[in-house]
Amino acid sequence: MSLRIVVCVKYVPDATGDRRFADDLTLDREDVDGLLSELDEYAVEQALQIADGADDAEITVVTVGPEDAKDALRKALSMGADRAVHVEDDDLHGSDVMGTSLVLAKAVEKTGYDLVICGMASTDGVMGVLPALLAERLGVPQVTLLSEVAVAGGVVTGRRDGDTASEQVEASLPAVVSVTDQSGEARYPSFKGIMAAKKKPVESLDLDDLGLDADEVGLAGAWTAVDSATERPARTAGTIVKDEGEGGRQLAEFLVGQKFI
Amino acid sequence: MAEVLVLVDHVDGAVRKPTLELLTLARRIGDPVAVALGAGAGATAGVLGEHGAVRVLTADAPEFAEYLVVPKVDALQAAFEAVSPVAVLVVSSAEGKEVAARLALRVGSGVITDATDVEAGEQGPVATQAAFAASYTTRSRVSRGVPVITVKPNSAPVEPAAAAGAVESLSVSFGAAATGTKVTSRTPRESTGRPELTEAAIVVSGGRGVNGAENFPLIEALADSLGAAVGASRAAVDAGWYPHTSQVGQTGKSVSPQLYIASGISGAIQHRAGMQTSKTIVAINKDAEAPIFELVDYGVVGDLFAVVPQLTEEINTRKG
Repeated sequence: MSLRIVVCVKYVPDATGDRRFADDLTLDREDVDGLLSELDEYAVEQALQIADGADDAEITVVTVGPEDAKDALRKALSMGADRAVHVEDDDLHGSDVMGTSLVLAKAVEKTGYDLVICGMASTDGVMGVLPALLAERLGVPQVTLLSEVAVAGGVVTGRRDGDTASEQVEASLPAVVSVTDQSGEARYPSFKGIMAAKKKPVESLDLDDLGLDADEVGLAGAWTAVDSATERPARTAGTIVKDEGEGGRQLAEFLVGQKFI
Repeated sequence: MAEVLVLVDHVDGAVRKPTLELLTLARRIGDPVAVALGAGAGATAGVLGEHGAVRVLTADAPEFAEYLVVPKVDALQAAFEAVSPVAVLVVSSAEGKEVAARLALRVGSGVITDATDVEAGEQGPVATQAAFAASYTTRSRVSRGVPVITVKPNSAPVEPAAAAGAVESLSVSFGAAATGTKVTSRTPRESTGRPELTEAAIVVSGGRGVNGAENFPLIEALADSLGAAVGASRAAVDAGWYPHTSQVGQTGKSVSPQLYIASGISGAIQHRAGMQTSKTIVAINKDAEAPIFELVDYGVVGDLFAVVPQLTEEINTRKG
């Protein structure tokens, strides 16, 4: 029986670029390049490894985002995913995590899945709660923040490293998994992979296809509101000294002045 | 007065400091009602009462330790229904955020994570957050339902305020999902004797410039002189010089201490994302062009192998 793996990925603004808010206080996508979130590359990698160890597996990569988000899907396909689903609809603009998790849950259900794999967080919003929300919506176990993951005999197992303890966890499939950047270095797409990706199917879905109304998602359907976004003033120039033998003592003096010592 | 639910982060009854910070913030919005779950829940009442909790709802059951996240969601939901709060505050730990988000979805409320401040506003609590590696500050609120907000450690001072802290037993019935993910074993993290990274008031971090695991004791000695936690950049972690649990940055831990000291760290955007909300930032780097110097309140251009030991010695001397 085929193992159906769905990987949820996000197209995010390049963190090395100049990220900013647009006038409606959503992300400004005009002035900065986007790419597949680095943390989602780890999810794609684990999907590929799990598929390699399964008799028969199919990996579908799913994203919710504007036209350009296809780039994130292409990257995942070039790494080795089999097919892609792109949820694209103008009414999705400004969705918060509740709206996004609703859309993803519908898309994942429509696709069909035994295992959903996500990155631990997006590299733009960095909330880290979408996998848990997806599990809640799908009504399946959450097996999140894993630094090691394995699937065998319809059971997913993994290691979750918390602040105070490291835990071994397990759940029966179907389940939602999220993986950390410690789960294993993500592979680079090969030339062959990049060429093959061009021929792989990318299905487009809109809100109608998912049976959702516009007012359930987007800015209008968001359950949170951003009232203001202010660019931080550049830090006022700090004191910088060159060490000429007294740098450590000068720094100690500064820390005394700030009452840290 | 309106009540505010505060989920208690504790280890066997020992309340962790970020929860006491939450109680300070909760008092700006209403009367704090603490929810303490798992082994030792009852033992938290004393300190919670001293910090403003008017009531402490406790529940213990094996499920809290044996299964992941969902039993705590069930319990917090039971408290939510029993109390009808005007807001719910949870510590922004990995687990705290997951519990908060699932509760919010269940009760039809929006969720805000990683707030660095919470104030009362005309339309409900207003949360301050840092965005895009702290290059922006946003002010947000929950526009539907009862605000569920997770707050980063070190976002508020701990202020004692005596309150009744009356212990009440919370009745929880676990749903089918509660036992979905079993915790088959748990290995407590070996204590270094240092504060936990995400909640430490001072963090001392080492990066590529530390140049080897064998040199990290220099960083540790400085940390110990200040009672600080030790962090590391991704470069140092990837090189195997320090455990990945100590990684500060976009893909590691986000820290927001009163004082952050970066040694031998250039300050790549991914590192800045994890430490830029620190109140006071200090850097030691031999490269005067390192981007970390754009952030600092105080920077020393110099060899960390000379500057760090001198600083440590000076601190130890002054402490007498």
